[in-house]
Amino acid sequence: MLNTFNILETIRMIQDQCLDIRTITMGISLLDCIDPDIDKACAKVYDKITTKAQNLVKTGEQIEKEYGIPIVNKRISVTPIALLAAACPKENPVKFAKILQKAADTCGVNFLGGYSALVHKGFSAGDLELIRSIPEALAETSNVCSSVNIGSTRSGINMDAAALMGKIVRQTAELTADNQCIGAAKLVVFCNAVEDNPFMAGAFHGIGEPDCEIHVGVSGPGVVRAAIAKYPDASIDEIADVIKKTAFKITRMGQLVGSRASQMLNVPFGIVDLSLAPTPAIGDSVAHILEGMGLECCGTHGTTAALALLNDAVKKGGVMASSNVGGLSGAFIPVSEDAGMIDAAVNGTLCIEKLEAMTAVCSVGLDMIVVPGDIPADTISAIIADEAAIGMVNNKTTAVRLIPAIGKKEGDMLEFGGLLGSGPVMPVNQKSASKFISRGGRIPAPMHSIKN
Amino acid sequence: MRAVITVIGKDTVGILHKVSGICAAHNANIIEVTQSVMQDMFAMIMMADISNITSDFAALSDEMAEFGKSECLDIHCMHEDIFNSMHEI
Repeated sequence: MLNTFNILETIRMIQDQCLDIRTITMGISLLDCIDPDIDKACAKVYDKITTKAQNLVKTGEQIEKEYGIPIVNKRISVTPIALLAAACPKENPVKFAKILQKAADTCGVNFLGGYSALVHKGFSAGDLELIRSIPEALAETSNVCSSVNIGSTRSGINMDAAALMGKIVRQTAELTADNQCIGAAKLVVFCNAVEDNPFMAGAFHGIGEPDCEIHVGVSGPGVVRAAIAKYPDASIDEIADVIKKTAFKITRMGQLVGSRASQMLNVPFGIVDLSLAPTPAIGDSVAHILEGMGLECCGTHGTTAALALLNDAVKKGGVMASSNVGGLSGAFIPVSEDAGMIDAAVNGTLCIEKLEAMTAVCSVGLDMIVVPGDIPADTISAIIADEAAIGMVNNKTTAVRLIPAIGKKEGDMLEFGGLLGSGPVMPVNQKSASKFISRGGRIPAPMHSIKN
Repeated sequence: MRAVITVIGKDTVGILHKVSGICAAHNANIIEVTQSVMQDMFAMIMMADISNITSDFAALSDEMAEFGKSECLDIHCMHEDIFNSMHEI
């Protein structure tokens, strides 16, 4: 039975603690749009996306009103475009990016992800062409997101791809240097990428997924922070319990919205991604949760342990609340999108090396980190390789989304606005890894990849 | 199907009357009301049956939100499912 306390608690979560559904993302397979004639392929892509997703935004808005819960983003993820580009080897894949942008505009979605290639073991037809076109594609479009998977626990790390992606990340930033280097904020380099991720910029629709499905990504760092604040002297295991209970409630809401959207759109329900995704808004920060546990500032000693506890408790609480948990599921630590992380980076407590350690225990990787504009491509590649190694060895997804701030140096800021926030240029190690990166080849898969 | 309507704000004449008026206009049947006035703050939670409403639910919640804005009241009109799913296993 409903009681007053529960009703008011839910309303307080939404109104005062920034609880929202971060995204409903429609995954659409484009495998049936493959065509050797790129213009025909583009026409099929446009038709399929605009047919499947024609009611996505409207449905999202209707659910917002029905349940009184904001749904911040409506998004689309598609089959990695490299698979379509493979059929038209002589064409420039940017044509696909432009048609994806047009489809995103027609449907009214915030982002469309899937300008992607999966090259963890090597490059196949279409992969290299697509990767080389990423800087131009992201400069020519505004809502298309790109990702490249360069490693996995089962196959090791493709170091040729890591070397190439260092250059691509730099070029992407250079081509959008007059617009806060925004291109690089729409490009993610993965190890162990998941096929049903609803969050951008890394969302794509894996080839093992059904033709069309609906995923939901929940949010709610503010709710967890507020729940912890009620127990200033609790022990760590009591804190873990509080987080679990809160995560359960948040995820139940995601499950409800997902099932409702799936029913209204007549599309199968994919997964709930039970992630704590921060925004730059006050009271919506993962860093503030860690500080609420008793750290003076996020990034100091103890941060990794606190984050490990948070990540684990979020999963344990959420997993019972949903029949299908998937995606990245855990705690996100994007620097520019989190008010507490921005402060910690500005005052120097949070550095890239600490963030790297944190990525070993949370659900993502080095995310939305602004680095000096003169960073060599090889250094970016080395950061990508380090991060991929953490993912490969720990059987988890890791990602790198670095934004080289072209023309800026340590202490300057990049302002992206909106959910992407703003970030200070963070120092990177000046010593070179060029020789290591230039060797090329593949880092073999770890021993524990041989599981069968 | 039921909706939960919560109203919080400064007490003035006729809040209950106006909120229930909107419900009646949409053919939403009020089942239960709890209300209290502390000092000059008005707080009410209302449960309404929306199985036979004449408009869609979004229109009802829009009208409630608009009324809330015009009277400086904090009004939420939400489907009961959100509370049930969040607070019950």
